[in-house]
Amino acid sequence: MTTANTTPRKLPGSLQTNRSLATWLSINRDGTVDMRPGKIEIGQGILSALTQIVAEELDVNLERIRVVTADTAHSPNEGTTSGSRSIEESGMAFRYAAAEARELLLARAGVKLGVSLEQLSVSDGTITSRGGGSVTYWDITDASLLQREATAETAPKSHTQHKIVGGSAPRADIPRKVSGVPSYVQDMEMPGLLHGRVSRPPSPGAQLVSVELDEVRAMPGVVAVLRDGSYLGVVAEREEQAIRAQRRLARSAKWREVAKLPEFDPRFLLKLPAKTEVISEKNDAKVAAIVTKGATLEAEYSRHFLAHAALAPSCAVAICNAGKYTVWSHSQGIYLLRDEMAPALGVALEDVVIHHMESAGCYGHNGADDVAFDAALLARAVPGRPVRVQWMRDEEFMWEPVSSAMVVKTGATLGKDGNIASWHFDVWSHGHTSRPGRGTGSNLLSSWYLEKPLQRAPTGNPPMPGGGSHRNAIPLYEFPNQCVTNHLIPDPPIRTSSLRGLGSQTNVFAIESFMDELALAANIDPIEFRLRHLKDARARAVIEKVAAMAGWKANQKGDGVRGRGIGFARYKNAAAYVAIIAEVELAEDVRVPKLWCAFDVGQAIHTDGVINQMEGGIIQAVSFTLKEAVKYDRERITQQSWDDYPILSFTEVPEVEVALINRPELPPVGAGEGTQGPVSAAIGNALFNAANVRLRDLPFTRDRLIAAMA
Amino acid sequence: MGITITINGHAHAVTASDETPLLYVLRNDAGCKGVRYGCGAGQCGTCMVIIDGKPVQSCDVPVSAVADKSITTIEGIGTEAHPHPLQRAFVEEQAAQCGYCATGIIMSAKALLDANPNADDADIRDALSKNLCRCGTHQRILRAVKRAAAEMRK
Repeated sequence: MTTANTTPRKLPGSLQTNRSLATWLSINRDGTVDMRPGKIEIGQGILSALTQIVAEELDVNLERIRVVTADTAHSPNEGTTSGSRSIEESGMAFRYAAAEARELLLARAGVKLGVSLEQLSVSDGTITSRGGGSVTYWDITDASLLQREATAETAPKSHTQHKIVGGSAPRADIPRKVSGVPSYVQDMEMPGLLHGRVSRPPSPGAQLVSVELDEVRAMPGVVAVLRDGSYLGVVAEREEQAIRAQRRLARSAKWREVAKLPEFDPRFLLKLPAKTEVISEKNDAKVAAIVTKGATLEAEYSRHFLAHAALAPSCAVAICNAGKYTVWSHSQGIYLLRDEMAPALGVALEDVVIHHMESAGCYGHNGADDVAFDAALLARAVPGRPVRVQWMRDEEFMWEPVSSAMVVKTGATLGKDGNIASWHFDVWSHGHTSRPGRGTGSNLLSSWYLEKPLQRAPTGNPPMPGGGSHRNAIPLYEFPNQCVTNHLIPDPPIRTSSLRGLGSQTNVFAIESFMDELALAANIDPIEFRLRHLKDARARAVIEKVAAMAGWKANQKGDGVRGRGIGFARYKNAAAYVAIIAEVELAEDVRVPKLWCAFDVGQAIHTDGVINQMEGGIIQAVSFTLKEAVKYDRERITQQSWDDYPILSFTEVPEVEVALINRPELPPVGAGEGTQGPVSAAIGNALFNAANVRLRDLPFTRDRLIAAMA
Repeated sequence: MGITITINGHAHAVTASDETPLLYVLRNDAGCKGVRYGCGAGQCGTCMVIIDGKPVQSCDVPVSAVADKSITTIEGIGTEAHPHPLQRAFVEEQAAQCGYCATGIIMSAKALLDANPNADDADIRDALSKNLCRCGTHQRILRAVKRAAAEMRK
C-alpha cells in the first residue's frame, strides 16, 4: 500500500478526463499527424481552429494534419459540443498534448543527434541541430511515443511566438461542400441501404388506437412495417417509397390525443408552480437608506418558445448486426447518446458504436439524437441492412425540442445621483436542457411511445455559474443592492432543451432593455449610463469601441422612423464580451438595415472563424428578434413548414460590421453564443430611440409594433 | 415509365415511378448528393437545380414533368479541382458555416448571373429570396456572388 498522494494532477481542458496523449494525437511515419478531437463540427468551423492549435504547438504545416472524426470507439469522450466550450476544453487539451508531443520528439532527436535540447530547432517536423545534422519527426516516431499519460508540464508557446494561431487558414471543408461532394450524414451511401420513416402522432403523448398495417406492407418497395406500442415506422427500398408508406400509415392511424398545451402567451408560466431560488443577493444598507426618494421603475419582458429550425431535418444511418449496432449521427454528444441508446435497445454499451457525421448547422439540442434512435429501432427490424432515416420537415418542426418560453419581471430604484441603487430581477422558465445521457431517464423521443415506454427524464438547467434559464440573469453591472431570483417550472408541456445561449437571450434582452428605460428616467445617455455601472475594463472597451464604430452621438434621438440602440453582455459573465449597436427603420414592420458589433474572446485562435461566428450569430439573432415563435394551439404544435415558422430572408438581412478586440495574452473563449441577447436588446432600444415605442415581448412582429404605436 | 432525363449532359433512364420528386432521382439514382433535401415543399432552396436556364426546386417537381429536359446540378457546373467562378468565390470569401445551403444558393446565383451578368445587390437578394440560410452567412454569400459576377464579366 502506498501512502503517497494519489489524487491525479489536474490537467488542462479535456486532458483532465482523457489523459493519454495517444488518445489525442498520432505522429505518423508517413509525414502526417492525426488529431482526434472528441468535439465535432456543427457548422461552427471548430476543426479549423483546433488544427491551427496543433500545427502551432507541433511546428508542422497545416497540410500535414488529418482530423479524425469522432466516434465512440476511439475518440476522447469530451461530453457535448455545446455552450461555446470547445476551445476551452478541446483546444486546451490539444495545446498541451501537442506541446508535450513536440518535447518527446525533441528528446528522441537529441539522443539521436547527440546534442542537448537547447541545440535543436523545428520547422515543419524537421528537427535541426545548431551544429548541423537533422532528423524528422517521421524518422523517429513510433507507436510507443505517445503511449503515456499527459503531464501538461511542457509549457505551450507564448502568444508572442504564435505564427499560425490567430491566423485564418482557409477552412478545409468549404471547397468540398460548395462542389456538392458528399459531406453530410444525409449523403451516406452503403450497399443495400434502405430508407426508413416514422409516422408520428398528431400531438405530444397521443396514443395509437388503431392502424392498418397490411395495406402498407403490400406497398411497392416496402421491406418492413414496425408497430411497437404507439410507435409506427416503415422501411423501404427507395426513399420516395418510404415516404409514401409513411403517409399511408399517417392516413390510417387513429390516435387518442391527450396533450394540454398552454395558452399562446409566455405568461402561462407565471401561473404554474415553480422551484424558486435566489441566485444573487447584495445588500448595502447604507445605500438602501438614502435611495427611498429616487425613482422606481418596474417592467415585464417575455419571449415565446423558439425553434432551432436547422436547415436540414435530422437524419441518421444505422445497421444492426447480431445485436450490435453501428450508428452514424450528427448528435452533439455521441457518448451521451450511446449511453442512453444502449439500454433503450437492451444491449451493452460496447454493442453500440456511434460515428459522428456532419449535418446542417446545429444550434443546440435538435432532433439529431432522436433520429439516431429511430434509425436503430428500424435497423433492428431488418438485421444486416443499413437503414437511413430522414426526418421530414414537418416532423422536425413538430418534434424537435425547443427553447423554453420565458418571462422576466424586473424593477429598480435610482439614487439621487442617477445611478441604480437597487435592482431586482425574476426569471420564469422551463428547463433549458434535456439532452440524452444524464442517467435520470430517457430523453429519446421515440422511447416514450414504445409498447414498454421508457420513463421520460426530467428537464432541467445546467448549474450556475453557467446556468440555463438563469444564464446571464445576474447583471455584470455593479449595483449596491440586488436580488436575482430564478423560478424553474418543471414538466414542460412542450418539450424543451438547449438552444444557442439558453436563457441568456431573454435575460440579456430584459437587463439591457431595462437599462435603457432606467437611463431615460435618469436622463443620462444609455452608453454613459452603462459605463457608470461597469468597472470591468474589457466590458468598457467593447462598448466604447462599438460606439466609435457607429459614430454614436450622446443623447441623440431618432427621427420617428430611424433610430439606434445598444445592447451589451458578457456571455455567462465569464466568456465572450459582446457589444452591439443596431439601427432600425420603421416601415410596415421593423427593419434592421445595419448592426455594429465589437467583441472580445480573449485570444482569437482562428480570426476569420470567430468573426464568421459573430456575424452569423448576429443575423440569426435578428431573425429570433423580429420573427420567431413556435406556433401551437391547446392540443398540437401547429407549425409544419417554413411558412409557419418564417426566418430572416436574403431580402431582409442587415449589413453587419464586426470588430474583434484581440487579446492574445488572455485565455481563448468560445464565440458561438453571446450575441443573441445584445442583438435583441439593441433592436428594442433602437425602436424606442426611433419612435418612443417600447416593445417588451419578443418577437417584434408587425402586429405588436402596430399595437404599441396605436 | 420509360422516361429519360438529361442530367449534366448525360442521359439518365429513370427507374422511379412518375410522381417521384426529381430530388430523389438526382440524389439516390444519379448520385448528385449536392442537391439537398431541406423541406420537400419548395420553400428553402437547398435542392435548387437549373432546368432550361431557370432555377427550380427539385423537391417540388415530379420526375415525369422534366422528361426530355436538361437538368444542371451543382456537380455539373464545376468540381473541387475545377470550380465554377461561383464555387471559387465561395471559397475565397469563406462564405459558409455549415455549408448546407451553399449548393442551392450557388445554383440560384448561377441562373441569375447567366441571365443578367450585371445583377446588382437588389437583384441578387431577390434571386436568393427562395434560398434560406440558418447560420446567418448571408453577408459573405452576397459578397461571394458579387465577386463571382465580376469574375464572370471579365
